[in-house]
Amino acid sequence: MAAFLEVQNLVKSFGTNTVVKGVNFAFEKGEFISLLGPSGCGKTTILRMIAGFERPTSGAIRVDGDEITHLKPNQRKLGMVFQAYALFPNLTVGDNIAFGLKIAGMPADQRRARVEEMLRLIGLPGFEKRFPYEMSGGQQQRVALARAIAPKPRLLLLDEPLSALDAKIRVSLREEIRAIQQDLGITTVFVTHDQEEAMSISDRIVVMNAGNLDQMGSPHEIYNRPSTRFVATFVGQLNTLPEASFGPNRAIRPELISLAPRPETDTTLTGTISDVGFLGSVVRLRVDVSGTPINIDTFNSHATTPPQRGDTVTLHLAAKDVLTLGA
Amino acid sequence: MKSQKFWAWLIFVLGAAYFIIPLAATFEFSLRMRRGEYSFDAYASVFADPYFASSFAYSVIVGLFTIVVGILVVVPAVYFVRLRMPWLRPFMEFVTLLPLVIPALVLVYGYIRLYGSSSFIPFTGSVLGTDILLTCAYVTLALPYMYRAVDNGMRTIDIGTLTEAAQIAGANQLQIIGQIILPNILVAILSGAFLTFAIVIGEFTIASLLNRPAFGPYLVGIGTNRAYEPAALAIISFIITWGAMGMINVLGRFAPRTSARTD
Repeated sequence: MAAFLEVQNLVKSFGTNTVVKGVNFAFEKGEFISLLGPSGCGKTTILRMIAGFERPTSGAIRVDGDEITHLKPNQRKLGMVFQAYALFPNLTVGDNIAFGLKIAGMPADQRRARVEEMLRLIGLPGFEKRFPYEMSGGQQQRVALARAIAPKPRLLLLDEPLSALDAKIRVSLREEIRAIQQDLGITTVFVTHDQEEAMSISDRIVVMNAGNLDQMGSPHEIYNRPSTRFVATFVGQLNTLPEASFGPNRAIRPELISLAPRPETDTTLTGTISDVGFLGSVVRLRVDVSGTPINIDTFNSHATTPPQRGDTVTLHLAAKDVLTLGA
Repeated sequence: MKSQKFWAWLIFVLGAAYFIIPLAATFEFSLRMRRGEYSFDAYASVFADPYFASSFAYSVIVGLFTIVVGILVVVPAVYFVRLRMPWLRPFMEFVTLLPLVIPALVLVYGYIRLYGSSSFIPFTGSVLGTDILLTCAYVTLALPYMYRAVDNGMRTIDIGTLTEAAQIAGANQLQIIGQIILPNILVAILSGAFLTFAIVIGEFTIASLLNRPAFGPYLVGIGTNRAYEPAALAIISFIITWGAMGMINVLGRFAPRTSARTD
């Protein structure tokens, strides 16, 4: 299958400061892609270059085979959702959703039908006449999503759309966004600094670090086979293993260590429990292995009580689960 | 507590008296045209004067043109400076303050030198040209008020993100300013418009020196020739000016809650 969204050697400098340093990626139609990284890594700048709000210093952006690198934002036929909702405060919800359709010259009756369809899709039927200030943040952001997808854009761009919402709505809305995206099959680029958010809804993740693309792959690949030290530490929890017994730059995920032997385990370590954190479904133990702190995640169980602080325990792990961290 | 309230009220009454007594005295005097009794004869005389109606109508029309030209100049200028050239803002602030610093007399002499009938661009050579010049002069005079009103209005909305949201939806610059920015700062624009109107209605210097039949020169002419009518006219123009100011508040209250305000 040919690439639907293609970014080639994309570079962006502001004066002497290069914030995107030659990024390449290509994605297929219908994929949900996350650009993940800490603030200042260049992920938002890439999104803004795809949208047309920033001009690339060099490189090319293609959507569905069309080169859009130098088109104005209003010529690109894209939809975008902003962190701060950015609904037009003078327009009703219905007029906000219909804005792009009206600009495109769609007749009034078709517009009304499309607005109704969109409101049903986002679970806010009958909200046409409301004004944005009469709605909660989560509702406003859903309207912003409806406004972005109403004109059937080629690409949906999401610029940290969940950051301004509180935790519970953040989780429910991200599931809703993913469901709508899969329903419509719309290619989506999602910018976030939250690795859990990225892993839970993406088909593929692009991990950015200081202007470079560090790794690109499915959430499963990114988590289990991180290609750089940065990706390994930024995505998920990680234990650095004692150099004396494993050699330098060896690490392992906390859920891959257990207190009892498993069929695949072939390595043991002995240590003292220094802290027990009961998180509900997961019990997080901190074990001191001759000076190296190691975190272990075990599932809570009815039958057994968690070990106590000061207990001496044997840790079991499999050598194949040990990650070697590169530069 | 009691005495504090007393002093507060005393100061309030003194302050109010300072403003109200001259106004009340003017009003009282304007009613005394007929010997021995109060009457509205002076007002009847003012309204019967064809020059009152024609000069007032002239000033209203010039005022409306001034407002339209002012909005067309100021709104896009403030919008682009805020959006793309924020480093220009101190310069804008300075330029828009100049009309308050430079006397109208200096401005109009400059105009006459530059655009006089013997110059390369003889605006004052024709009636229409002079009217255009007068309107331009008023736009300049009203600039400090219009600029501040519009600038305050735009400060209360996130014009950057709203512009991007409209752009990605396919809108061009004109559609963005007309359909998104203008409606959201309408109340701010209206307050600037009414201030402009109040300035234009009473302006004397420029209209007089350009020899245009505006309301300001008419007021002054009456004031030097008649006894009771000037008092009546003072009351009338006071009502017009305060009416304009009052409209700012009234419209501000009626406007949707979403619209940006200057207060």
